[in-house]
Parts: sequence; structure tokens; C-alpha cells
Amino acid sequence: MAVDAAKLPNTAHATEDVGTIPQWKLMVRRFRKSKLSVSGLILLIILYTLMLLSDFIAPYQHNRIDSNYAWAPPSQLGFANGKVVTYALKQTLDEVRFEWIYAPDLENPIPVEFFVQGYPYKFLGIIPSSLHLFGVPEGSQINLIGADKDGKDVFSRLLKGSQISLTLGFVGVLISVIIGSIVGTASGYFGGPIDNIIQRLIELLRSFPDIPLFLGLAAALPMGVPVEVRFFLITIIIAMIGWTGLAREVRAKVMAFRASDYTSAAIAAGGSHWHVITRHLIPNAMSHIIVVGTLAIPGAIGSETALSFLGLGILPPAVSWGVMLRDAQTIEAITNYPWMLLPVGVLIISVLSFYLLGDGIRDAVDPYA
Amino acid sequence: MLNFIARRLINMVVLLVVVSFVGFFIIQLPPGSILDVQLSKMRALGGDISRDQMKAMAERYGINQPFTTRYYKWVSRSLQGDFGTSFATDQSVGDRIWGRLSISLGLSLFALLFTWLVSIPIGVYSATHRYTVPDYLVTLFQFIGLAIPGFLLALVMLIIATRYLNQQVGGLYSSEFQDAPMSIAKFRNLIEHVWIAVLVLALGATAGLTRVMRANLLDVLNMQYIQTARAKGLDEAVVIWKHAVRNAIHPLVASLGTLLPALVVGETLVAQVLSLPTIGPMYLDALRQQDMYLAGTILIMLSALLLIGNLVSDLLLAWVDPRVRLE
Repeated sequence: MAVDAAKLPNTAHATEDVGTIPQWKLMVRRFRKSKLSVSGLILLIILYTLMLLSDFIAPYQHNRIDSNYAWAPPSQLGFANGKVVTYALKQTLDEVRFEWIYAPDLENPIPVEFFVQGYPYKFLGIIPSSLHLFGVPEGSQINLIGADKDGKDVFSRLLKGSQISLTLGFVGVLISVIIGSIVGTASGYFGGPIDNIIQRLIELLRSFPDIPLFLGLAAALPMGVPVEVRFFLITIIIAMIGWTGLAREVRAKVMAFRASDYTSAAIAAGGSHWHVITRHLIPNAMSHIIVVGTLAIPGAIGSETALSFLGLGILPPAVSWGVMLRDAQTIEAITNYPWMLLPVGVLIISVLSFYLLGDGIRDAVDPYA
Repeated sequence: MLNFIARRLINMVVLLVVVSFVGFFIIQLPPGSILDVQLSKMRALGGDISRDQMKAMAERYGINQPFTTRYYKWVSRSLQGDFGTSFATDQSVGDRIWGRLSISLGLSLFALLFTWLVSIPIGVYSATHRYTVPDYLVTLFQFIGLAIPGFLLALVMLIIATRYLNQQVGGLYSSEFQDAPMSIAKFRNLIEHVWIAVLVLALGATAGLTRVMRANLLDVLNMQYIQTARAKGLDEAVVIWKHAVRNAIHPLVASLGTLLPALVVGETLVAQVLSLPTIGPMYLDALRQQDMYLAGTILIMLSALLLIGNLVSDLLLAWVDPRVRLE
């Protein structure tokens, strides 16, 4: 009981200022209470920072082929003469199984240099540069997490792949949020025949199973277009299929707000439709829209991966995590070259982080509860 | 109730017609007419095509006619059970689909059964033991189950089964049973192959349903009639299972209809990894080879499955919850 009594004034103090501080501060306070959601947010910040810096961090271009390093295992790192070193690989052929066997040449340490010149790229897409975080001298190769069947550096591909995998789902959901909000608001606010038509359209779109519809539309995309165009088209497909669920939720919210007294008051005071919608309905529905949007992103990221994994999404030579996983489809690949599965690890982390973040925001947007 | 069923049925038929229209439109989307694809294939085989043959084919597919006429031809033939001919194998589309669709449906039914048998008890336990260590563990597994893609799980299960359980996996039967007539040994062989697929298919759905079950039961447990039931001295097991769970289970019933088609569809990637002869990989191949009659028919079949599933779950829901009928 003593403990309870000691706690009481404390909680009273914590809730005492609820009426006086701004709502967003309350939301932040509530959000920070959930450790899982905060860690999700931190992980996402790290992932997206790595994505932005990917060209700088990656030692090699994602398409650089070197048959001397086919299926090369992760480079061994060590210290020698006060420097970080890696070791050259000795390649020998296993004459029974016809596979390359690699062994680090421990006699020959190769110094790993930092801030070296490498392949040219545009930093953040604007500033031309050829500076890279680390690298080894010409003639040897460093594969932090191994190489794939053509000797392409998996670490560099993972970074480059994040540029597509982390943005495509995000942009797709952003577009579907915009479409869904506009359509949902119109449907809920005006009601009547407009609502009826929109609801029938949504019902029609929802009577197609989403993955097959997705695959069918992706198969109809023209082949041989530039990567950017294909990226854009796939984003549109994701958005086209995703907006219906959001529109339904927004409609339900808007209908509830439409019936409330302050909306009637705004209309009675002579507010135009535009004014009522943008000033009263959208701001109120905003928190809900953000929550639904955040929770839709992991699904969209997964869709892109699945599509690319099946060979109908992003196509090589472009790289996304799904494209990388195409090489990890067989038991042989996974048991012999387990590093090929790493894209799945990163995928799970990003998907999980979005779920945790969305969960936290959902609790935070209603800080008075 | 009859009124309700009639309204839902009419709604479904109308949707089915529109869906088939849109589906047919998607069939026609890829560049090049169906005739071109056929002709180039026949030429590749070395055969020369007479003008009469070309005319007959143009007539059959209605190449030079407007979209609506082609649609009408296709639908009227489909209703008679003739879904067209697959370009890739020259087999009838109907023959190719049925066998695979039934395997898909069978697998999904098993997965569905598994999902319900696992997620309801776990969801109930997790709700009645809220904020205990097992509850946290269940919540953690739910998130992981939602985040792990099914095909990865399939790969991991493949490795475990081949490496540690010494089992042959992939496909439906071992090679020695492939063409054998059905027997007890063959059936056992089937089970040994299929359990991984069922488990993998069910996991994602199980994670989702456990979450729903837990949340619903928590809501119901806060209601006053539960308090009344406890106050009058009922056994806790009766309070939970007879009074609370019965009212918490509605959303699960509502999701039943969508879950079955979702499972049928969701196996595409899993079947790809486990090389199962189901409808998903067939649809993929059809799309890749632009075998559009096959792909379109599968797409419309799956949509029909979804619509029927929705109808079934609507009716079930109306049956367990009388309030729904009045809407």
C-alpha cells in the first residue's frame, strides 16, 4: 500500500498538465512510452540513412562482375600494423564437386583504406563524387558479406537494393493515401449517388484477389523500358490496388464527423464545402489516415519483394531485395552460401519496424485515452 | 433471412459479371493479338498455315470484331464449359485448371483448419492471461509471423526437413509413388510431403487471427454480462468459453470467407519454393508465357472463389449474429 500511495501524487502530476500543453506534445509523450515503437522508429531512421548514403558506403557498383570471386565467402577482417586488414582469397577447384573452394591467404594482409576513390556516382542524386567510405587496392576485392554467383558484392547490392525496396512501397502507399483520402472524403461527405457509385467501384476492385490482380497487371507492363519507368509503373499498380481499403476507412470517419455538431455549425455559418472539408474533416481524419498509411507500408514493401522474386517486378540489371532473393531459391544455394539470405533479414527488420511504428502511432494519436 | 440471402445472391451475380468483363479486358492487355501469338508459334514449329486455317482461327477468337462481341463469344463458350485452349500446351484450359485448383483448395482447407484450431485457443489464452510472460511471447510470435514472408519460411522448413528429419520434400509424392494408384502407403507419402506446405501457409494467417481473437475477447471480457456471469458464481471455464468466446468469435467468422481465397492465392510463392503442382505457379507460368486465356480464366476463377467465400461468410455471420440480417 505504501508503494501505491507514493505513486499516486506522481501520476496525478503527470496528468495534471494534460489540458494545458499542446496536443502534439501529448502525442510525443505517449509515443515515447512504448519502447518497442521507439526502437522501430530508430531502426527505420538508420535504414533510411543507410539508403541515402548507399553509394558512399558501398565499395562497388552493384553490377560489377568478377568471376574470380564467384560465391566468395565473407572477407575475413583482422588487424596488422595498427591497420584494419583483409586477406586475399586463394581459389582452388574441388575436383569432385566442381566448386570453387576459397581460403584466406593469411600471409598476405591487404590494408583496408578509408575514404578512398572508387566508382563515380552522384551523392543524393545531385553532387558528383567518387569518394567511398572504404575500399581495398586494385587487384583484390573486399566482400563484407560475401559475393553471389557472378562475384557481385552482396553488401553493395544490399545497399543499392534498399533504394528501390525502401522507396517503392513508401511512394506507392503515399499515392494510395492521397487517392484514398480524396475519394473517401468525397464519398463520406457528399453521400447519395456519389457515395453509391464510389462504393460499387471499390466493391468491384475488391472482388479481385489482390496478388493475382497484381501479377496480371505487372505481366501486362511493357518489357524493355528503363528502370525508372518500370519503378514508376509498379508503384502505380501498388497504389491502384491499395487505395480501396483506405478510402473505406476515411469514408467511415468522415461520415461520423459529418454528422457532428461542429460540422453543422460550420455549414450553418455559411462555410463552403471546400472550407468544411479542408478545415474540419481532413484535419480530424488525419491521424487515422497516418496510422492506416503507416501500417500499409510493410504490405507494399512485401508486395514489391514478392513481385520481383517471381520475376514480374523489378528486373535485373536493376536490383532490389526481391531480385537478390531470386538467387536464394534453392536448398543448395542456402545451405552452401547462407549469406544470400541476408536480404530477408533486412526485409524482416524493416517490415517489423513499420508495424511497430504504426502500432505506436495508433496509440499516440489519441493521447487523452 | 430469405430476403437477405436473395439480396446477397443477386449482388454476387452482378459483381461476377462485371469481374469477368474486367478480367477479359486484362486478358487483352498485352500487346499483339492472340492470333499473332498463335501464328508465330505455329510458324516456329515449321508448319505453314493455310489461309483457311487463319480464317477459322480469326473467326474462333473473333479477332476482327469489337471488344464486346469478343467478350460475348468468350463468355457464352465459358458458360458451356469451354474456357478456350491454352496456347502453350494446346490443352483445354478447363482440363488444366480443375486438377490444380482442387489441390490448391485441399491444401488451403487443411491450412484453414489448422489456423482455427491453433489461433482460437492461443488467442483465448493470451487474452485471459494478459501481460504475463506467455502473453508477451505470443505477441512477439505474432509480429514475427506477420513479418516473415511465407516463401522464406518454406525454405527454412525445407532445410530442416531434409537435413535433420531426413525427409524428402518438394512436390506432392516421392518419385516411386508418382504414378502408383492410391493406396495407404501413397497417402502416407502425401501427408509427409504436404505437412510443411500446410504449416507454412497457415502461419501468417494464424498470427493475424490470434491477434484478432485476443483483441476481441479482451473487449468482450470488459462487458457487464461477463461480470454478471462471474457474480452469479459460474465456473470460469463456462464464463470464458460459453459466454465470452461465443461473442468474440464473430470477426473470425466474418474473415472465414476471405481467408480461404487468400490462402489459395497466398500459396503462389510457397508453392514456387516447394514445387507444388497448385494453381499459383500455373498462373505465373501462364502470365510469363502470355498464355492469356489460361491466365484470364484463372484470375476470374479466383475472383469467383473470393465472391463465393464472401457470400458464405456473410451468410454464416447472419446465422450466428441475428443483428446483421436487419441491415
